[in-house]
Amino acid sequence: MRAVARFAIVLLALLLIAGTLVWWLNVRGEEPIDASQAEPAATPEQVQRGAYLARVGNCSACHTERGGAPYAGGKGIPTPFGTVYASNLTPDLKTGIGSWDAAHFWRAMHHGRSKDGRLLYPAFPYQSFTLITRADSDALHAFLRSQAPVAQPNRPHELRFPYHLQAALAVWRALFFAPRTFERQANQADAWNRGAYLVRGLGHCDACHAPRNIFGATRAAIELSGGLIADQHWYAPSLADGGEAGVTDWPLDDVVQLMGRGRSPRGSAMGPMAEVVFRSTQHWTDADLRAMAIYLQSLPHRAPTPPAARQATPEALELGQRLYAHECARCHGERGEGQGPYPALVNHRTVTMGPHTNLVRVILNGGFPPTTAGNARPFGMPSLLLGDNEVAAIASYVRSAWGHQAPAVTALEVRDLR
Amino acid sequence: MDARAHPWLRLVCAGLAACALASARGADIPDTIGQRMQPCMVCHGPEGRATTQGFFPRIAGKPAAYLYHQLIAFREGRRSNSTMAYFVDHMTDAYLQEIADYFAGLDLPHPPPRPAQATPTQLARGETLVRHGDRALGVPACAACHGVTLTGALPAIPSVLGLPREYLMLQFGSWRVGVRRALAPDCMGQIVSRLAPQDLNDVAAWLASQPVPANAAPAAQITRPLPLPCGSDPH
Repeated sequence: MRAVARFAIVLLALLLIAGTLVWWLNVRGEEPIDASQAEPAATPEQVQRGAYLARVGNCSACHTERGGAPYAGGKGIPTPFGTVYASNLTPDLKTGIGSWDAAHFWRAMHHGRSKDGRLLYPAFPYQSFTLITRADSDALHAFLRSQAPVAQPNRPHELRFPYHLQAALAVWRALFFAPRTFERQANQADAWNRGAYLVRGLGHCDACHAPRNIFGATRAAIELSGGLIADQHWYAPSLADGGEAGVTDWPLDDVVQLMGRGRSPRGSAMGPMAEVVFRSTQHWTDADLRAMAIYLQSLPHRAPTPPAARQATPEALELGQRLYAHECARCHGERGEGQGPYPALVNHRTVTMGPHTNLVRVILNGGFPPTTAGNARPFGMPSLLLGDNEVAAIASYVRSAWGHQAPAVTALEVRDLR
Repeated sequence: MDARAHPWLRLVCAGLAACALASARGADIPDTIGQRMQPCMVCHGPEGRATTQGFFPRIAGKPAAYLYHQLIAFREGRRSNSTMAYFVDHMTDAYLQEIADYFAGLDLPHPPPRPAQATPTQLARGETLVRHGDRALGVPACAACHGVTLTGALPAIPSVLGLPREYLMLQFGSWRVGVRRALAPDCMGQIVSRLAPQDLNDVAAWLASQPVPANAAPAAQITRPLPLPCGSDPH
């Protein structure tokens, strides 16, 4: 009996210690917010700067619903744990952030905690935003406060047990999140540092381009090494792999064009990246685009992973060749050499990289690169209304033709991507 | 070439080189809006004249303002079609306007209608509703807005002929459940909500069975005010 009691006491003590630790890990570094202190009014320069930063951070991608008022929230973000609904960022007093001081906003950006003290879900990428400066946070706050207030109550998240519990989120944060400050590398140029700040901070590139563990946390150790986008059936290719989307050996201008116009001599932005270019990067200043490109070019370059040789059957390849001649060659050329606005498929990394997701998605869905100032009237690719077998055959053919050695794609894999 | 060649000569040479380069790459790809819109043709038929697939409407020759409203509606979620939304999501208003103008400007022959899939009684009810409406239900005649010839009216009222029955039924159904919405006040939404499903079915069956007249251009003028205020009609 005494043994049981002792065990219970020890267990209780351990729980208390663990709980305290989790609590401490969740609030460490936070400074108390003094609400009595009146805030200095935002300057027009701050508002203007904040408007630019809101585009750099692509806030509207999540915080503006299709057809909805800008920044009024309501859009559902699908995650493997349920749907998180983006909140109203307009300065409405009741439903928006009208009662938030710059300090509250900073706590959300830097510490991932809401004004009412609730822990925020990391679908709001504060793992990245934690790196932004207080001045940038204040400018964003000033810009959002300058918007017209929209009364639109926040929609409760639809998360499964136990993910909807704040306690579960606290444990997650204790394990995977710590507020951080961007540290300048003194041995690197200003542009590199600016690029690093943009890519790792407000640009939150790792929200898609980094792999996630089973708890949905990005793994910072392998920076920007590619990841599947949750529930979207697109693959955000590795930015540190020359065989995927690494740009170490690209001319700087091509990177700037791809991000600034959505189109470059080496390919176009399609799928979720088309949205990023359309809403965000096409509005970046040339200096910021160049800074980003310089930083991306400096990422540790890993040799392309040699793909496992999985061959398609001769019948599949023959079907693929026939379909290619009929469906694709008119634009992409008989030998995949490309024509005018239609990109060459020879050595195109969407075709040759290990993961086949994006190639199959483009064959299935087609699509247009984004309309930008530099590419105001884009050409597009049709959705080829073909069956799983046919799409798999075309994909396998282009992955093995013209000297390519990428693994074949099966009909089952195509079906999973529909 | 002598490096000190006359500047004009150098310019001509540069021009020729550029032309040669252009002809080597993309000579067969016309730099036109028609070429840019090739992806649309897979579903909407060559030059948007429709196919035998019942759910995809003809878009060629529809009023430009109508087409523009629809493209915006797909982007903003007032119409619901994942393929259309995916295609127009990252297009600017200016490009959507150019696309609308392109399809509106196409004047292509119509195929004969498919045989009616309804009883004579149903077709008669359909025709009555189209030509005269139903005063008791508060439903105006289709012809009151879409024109006596039913081929639409400028600037934004579309033709209702030459459309498959399946497509018409899908639109009526979408209005009823609220996944298709026009600019407020949504006159079509109101009309559809006042009609019983069987009435809508009869209207669709009759419309789809009618031949399209030789001159199917939308009417330049129509009697205004319209029977119901419509947000899509700027008058």
